[in-house]
Amino acid sequence: MSLRVVVVHPDLLGTYGDGGNGVVLVQRARWRGIAAELLEATSDGPLPVGDLYCLGGGEDAAQAASAERLRADAVLARAAERGSPVLAVCAGYQILGRTFPAADGRPLAGVGLLDVSTAKGTGRRAVGEILAEPLCTDLPVLTGFENHGGLTARGPNVDPLARVESGVGNGDGTDGAVSGRVVGTYLHGPVLARNPALADLLLSWATGLSLEPLDDGEEAALRDERIAAVRARHAGRWLSCLGRTARTARYVSGRS
Amino acid sequence: MVATRVVNALSRRLAAGSGTVAGGHVGLAVDPRLLEHLAAGRRVALVSGTNGKTTTTRLLAVALEGSLGRIATNATGSNMPTGHVTALAGAPPGAPAVLEVDEGYLPGLVGALVPEVVVLLNLSRDQLDRTNEVRMLSNRWRRAFSGSPATAVVANADDPLVVWAALPAAKPTWVAAGLSWRRDAIGCPACAGRVEFSSAEKGGWACACGFARPRPDVVLDADEIVLADGRRHRLTLALPGRFNRANAVMAAAAAATMGVGWEESLRQIAAVGEVAGRFSVVEVGGCSARVMLAKNPAGWRELLDLVAPGERPVVVGINARVADGRDPSWLWDVPFERLCGRQVVATGERCRDLSVRLRYAEVAHRTVRDEVAAVRAAWMAHGGGTPGAADVDFIGNYTAFTDVMSRATERTRA
Repeated sequence: MSLRVVVVHPDLLGTYGDGGNGVVLVQRARWRGIAAELLEATSDGPLPVGDLYCLGGGEDAAQAASAERLRADAVLARAAERGSPVLAVCAGYQILGRTFPAADGRPLAGVGLLDVSTAKGTGRRAVGEILAEPLCTDLPVLTGFENHGGLTARGPNVDPLARVESGVGNGDGTDGAVSGRVVGTYLHGPVLARNPALADLLLSWATGLSLEPLDDGEEAALRDERIAAVRARHAGRWLSCLGRTARTARYVSGRS
Repeated sequence: MVATRVVNALSRRLAAGSGTVAGGHVGLAVDPRLLEHLAAGRRVALVSGTNGKTTTTRLLAVALEGSLGRIATNATGSNMPTGHVTALAGAPPGAPAVLEVDEGYLPGLVGALVPEVVVLLNLSRDQLDRTNEVRMLSNRWRRAFSGSPATAVVANADDPLVVWAALPAAKPTWVAAGLSWRRDAIGCPACAGRVEFSSAEKGGWACACGFARPRPDVVLDADEIVLADGRRHRLTLALPGRFNRANAVMAAAAAATMGVGWEESLRQIAAVGEVAGRFSVVEVGGCSARVMLAKNPAGWRELLDLVAPGERPVVVGINARVADGRDPSWLWDVPFERLCGRQVVATGERCRDLSVRLRYAEVAHRTVRDEVAAVRAAWMAHGGGTPGAADVDFIGNYTAFTDVMSRATERTRA
């Protein structure tokens, strides 16, 4: 019996390359000798029963259409209830909450697997590299690229996935939400390609196995580069800020 | 119009002395309606779409040149108003204009210039960090054509988003030019339902709401162009690939609406061997590389189809600067699995992202950040060879491609 990884509605939630999360999960299972198959479940058919579900980012209208279908057939909710892990990214994360905004900002009903609510932000879209320190697991720092206009408020029944070191995430200094084995996040990249430890956590939940490590040299090189790039930019900003302060201080003291 | 003439002369001088964009910037700052003035009295054709703009613009200009003489055109891909000003200011008054136009600027230009013909190639995802959702673009195009009855539109009938945009046009010419990337075309622009692509009818598509592929006036059938009246023209190109045949048929159809016969324009188009360096063979790092540009999943899919059956090592270059889009997540929408068994080198500023993508595609590869060193490494690993014929295929996204072109020491063959 092989592990069935379901990519949910790639035709609606496939705008930002997040389908790669499914590829990463299946390959990491296979490389360990675990038979695995990738099911790309487009929105024109029923959602198949699987062992692990991935949702990705998409446009406003597509996001609403996906939520409507997921609410109607309840396959995903039942799977989550049985303990199947679910990874939801960006628009996919938003629709797993209680409410999310339509294109015009009006709240729509979400699938309700996570105690979060998303509203349209008032400022600019959050677009850029994001770095976040995981809070409820012992994963290494999470790296990704975020691109969203919504801000997500957490209710009492979820934990945040991570504390944001650089970037916006939920908008309150945290990113994502975790409830049981349902994980939401704003990180693209795809998030599992950039954070293979998170992929292995989901796989160990789905299989019940403790997984031997893989040689992740390519991923390690990518992670080092992205993390260093974000921190260097931060350091640069601090330095230029310090420089300005020093110049101002000199100017003020020179005048006095 | 003294003012216009003064600005004209001024901007022509600016354009001649500077690069493609700087002169245009100054000109537009002096007179925001400079483009309208510069276009007055010219026959104008515009070319837009996600992929194929630069090539189609060139092919259309070449097709018209033989009959209409010198053409004003932005041949280097500077496809925003500053580039248009430079192109028009640098050409004699009255010379017909063939302009490549960025998708977002097209509605404004259709309104301002009232072009004789607009060519709409395709619409698909491009640059994930800019939120130019393709359905929104299609709707903006559509509004522009409803208000422009004098403009003829040559539209790809195989792309639902292009058809949606072109339907209100007074005189659409529907060209079945093909569409290999359909992921962005599934959501119906008319009703938010689902567009189904037909397996029975080649290229056929329809939504339950009634929005469907119009009957094509021109069909690209492998190497032949079939017109509605049954006439057939053979399509011979020096440029490689299915997508370039699509670009050529769109260009020739536009030339036909401007009065240049199919045989004449296809003869002119056949001789074009490279466009702004794309598909040319250049000397890089002591060996010769065929250089190609792909910017988004639709473009990559087409180019992988082209290079996958070959034998040469493949060097893939990825950057993520502003002009490329800063999020390279789209690499996971590209079927790099097709390169399995080939010698592959990952390069560019984001070679690490590409390397991880190739790992999961199970494509054995090396990673060399510097593009020229990467081309050289691929060539050496392949056992060298006689410089002259292309030793290596290089495919880069926008700035990776332009970097390699700027560092090429010599163009050996067009």
